[in-house]
Amino acid sequence: MVPVGTVRFAFMVPNSTGDDAMSPLALPLATTTNTRAVRLDDAAKTYRTGDVEVPALRGISIDIPYHRFSMVIGASGSGKSTLLNLIGCIDTPTRGTVEVCGEAVGELDDDGLADFRARNIGFIFQTFSLVPVLSAYENVEYPLVLVGTPEAERRRRTNEVLDAVGLSAHANRRPNELSGGQRQRVAIARALVKAPQIVLADEPTANLDSETGAAIIELMHRVQTQSRTTFVFATHDPQLMSAADEIFVIRDGMLIEHRHPGSRQ
Amino acid sequence: MKLLYKTAARNILRNSRRSLMTGSAVAAGAIAMLLFGGFVLYIFSGLETINVQRVGHLSVFRNGYFLFGSGNPAAYGIDDYKRVMQLIAQDELIRPRLNVLTPTQSLVGIAGNFSDGNEASKTFLGVGVIPSARDRMRQWDEHSTGNTFKPDHRLSDEDETRGLIGVGMARILGLCGPLELRACPPAPARTGDTPQARPREDLVGLAQLDATVATGEPTAPHLELLGATAGGAPNVVSLSVAGAESQGVRELDDNYIAMHLGLAQQLVYGRGEHKVTGIVLQLHRTEDLPVVRTRLQKLIADNHLDLEVRDFLDLSPFYVQVRAMFGAIFIFIALVMGVIVLFAVVNTMTMNVMERINEIGTIRAMGVRRGGVRMQFILEGALIGAIGASVGALFAFGVAALVNYAGLTWIPPGNSSPTPFKVDVLNHPLLVASTWIVLTMVAMAAAVIPANRAARLSVVDALRHV
Repeated sequence: MVPVGTVRFAFMVPNSTGDDAMSPLALPLATTTNTRAVRLDDAAKTYRTGDVEVPALRGISIDIPYHRFSMVIGASGSGKSTLLNLIGCIDTPTRGTVEVCGEAVGELDDDGLADFRARNIGFIFQTFSLVPVLSAYENVEYPLVLVGTPEAERRRRTNEVLDAVGLSAHANRRPNELSGGQRQRVAIARALVKAPQIVLADEPTANLDSETGAAIIELMHRVQTQSRTTFVFATHDPQLMSAADEIFVIRDGMLIEHRHPGSRQ
Repeated sequence: MKLLYKTAARNILRNSRRSLMTGSAVAAGAIAMLLFGGFVLYIFSGLETINVQRVGHLSVFRNGYFLFGSGNPAAYGIDDYKRVMQLIAQDELIRPRLNVLTPTQSLVGIAGNFSDGNEASKTFLGVGVIPSARDRMRQWDEHSTGNTFKPDHRLSDEDETRGLIGVGMARILGLCGPLELRACPPAPARTGDTPQARPREDLVGLAQLDATVATGEPTAPHLELLGATAGGAPNVVSLSVAGAESQGVRELDDNYIAMHLGLAQQLVYGRGEHKVTGIVLQLHRTEDLPVVRTRLQKLIADNHLDLEVRDFLDLSPFYVQVRAMFGAIFIFIALVMGVIVLFAVVNTMTMNVMERINEIGTIRAMGVRRGGVRMQFILEGALIGAIGASVGALFAFGVAALVNYAGLTWIPPGNSSPTPFKVDVLNHPLLVASTWIVLTMVAMAAAVIPANRAARLSVVDALRHV
């Protein structure tokens, strides 16, 4: 019996016994009731450094549907990360509104935002950002602890996700005992384990060699397809862009283009 | 919570050298506090033992004696004291708690040594006791200090004429030689008669007469004790000096005479009704003191007796002062150690926060509340404190065991003989527990400032931090 919110697919991904061996993938299924994962309405963000105001976003309005593999691209300093920060509810706009998963996050206080992130948003960072004193297993389990998932359920889901990203054999290793690619896979597993509505990834392949980066992109694409989680990336990586359903091009804090290179439902 | 503890514990080991140094500061604090605390508590136990052996836990006096009676003890005798003692001894609440119940008689007068050509005399402060009761009181050792006395056969219930004097009094009255006292120099040779040195014939005659009547042919050194009876008449008794013992405090040592209660009563009351100035109660356990005191006060009130109750703290202000002094020193040491621990932990936790800013941003992004971050660092501070205090306590146990095993002795203030130098840590779990809790709480409190700084970090800034 498959628990609610979980779906098993017959896709094969590298498993823990080696990158060439494959095992069935089992991932939590993101469930939604709305059609729009993210909506920004004239969202602007200005940073203040002393007396100097630096506009990072100059009023962006975008809609990101659920279940898409969306990219935000642009040059360094264009405002990609700021946009992701607003979507990820770790920053607030100085103007405009941000609605994530149907929730107007501007109305939430700090604890409310933390709880919202814990329930709905997964993060994948460029530098992996794993908790160094925790094992791969514990890093992946961490988000489930935050939302109070019972221990047996935590164990089952953590093992499933670790197996899905091919790291079961490395579950007890600390981050410093893993390669860059393995660390990013742990980060992906950590982002996915709680079946979030949205996974935000800020340059997830920037610190990986091209081969490992390609494997990670393939893994995320596959995961997204199976779990139907909404992925939003900020990236420069052409490999990653080639996998996108939608691309938002940002320049100088403004949305200048919205492409649909390959729409998949 | 399990993950929180696990993360905190592992973060402590993450920079093991820094944690070791901080933990060592906490451990040093624990060692200092426990060893000094153990030593102080042993001193307190020892002083309590000495005082309870001397004056018991509680004394019943006639009203006013405690404040005004020392100048004229005879005027504050307890009427029909045997009935009062019987009343106390038969009380069902007091009886099982009572170790010794004995009367005492304080007295003042002039002691003179006029034998073998001596003509020395001086005022004395005397106490009349029941020798067997005195021996039992000197066996009291509730706190197992080992500071007890063998029965003193120099005083005897059967021989009322025997007495003990202070070494200072023996020296002044020229009894060092006859008593074969060491470190007791003889009086310098006289250069000529002075008014003070003239024999007091009236006193000498009275004394010789009294000595002959009372003891026949004296063999031990004798002192003639002159006092005023309760009626105001002069009275003289002869004391056979069975020995001398140092009283620790010079003023007392130069004036002290202990004698049989009967002799003291004979001097103070003559042929009149023999009273006592105090009824001493020594209990099995000091903790029973409040209960027994309350009961005594009720007995006195119910029987309309003109008596008051004083405890050994009233009678031994020196003990109270020593307690206060050592207590203040202990608090001072605890404060110094607390400040050292505080700064060590603040420094370590601040560095930990600075090194983990990106990690803080990560867990905040994942949904950890500010309070969760704060709790994380406070818990780490508390763990360093708890581990340091535990290790320090173990070291303190070991050092205390070594010191106690070494069998060192010392002479505490106000004491005349060496007593064991011990550090009593294990027998005071409250000291160990309170030291552990205080140091852990200090370490926890020290972590609050860095923890708040970590909790207030902007998630975005923390994630950008390299």
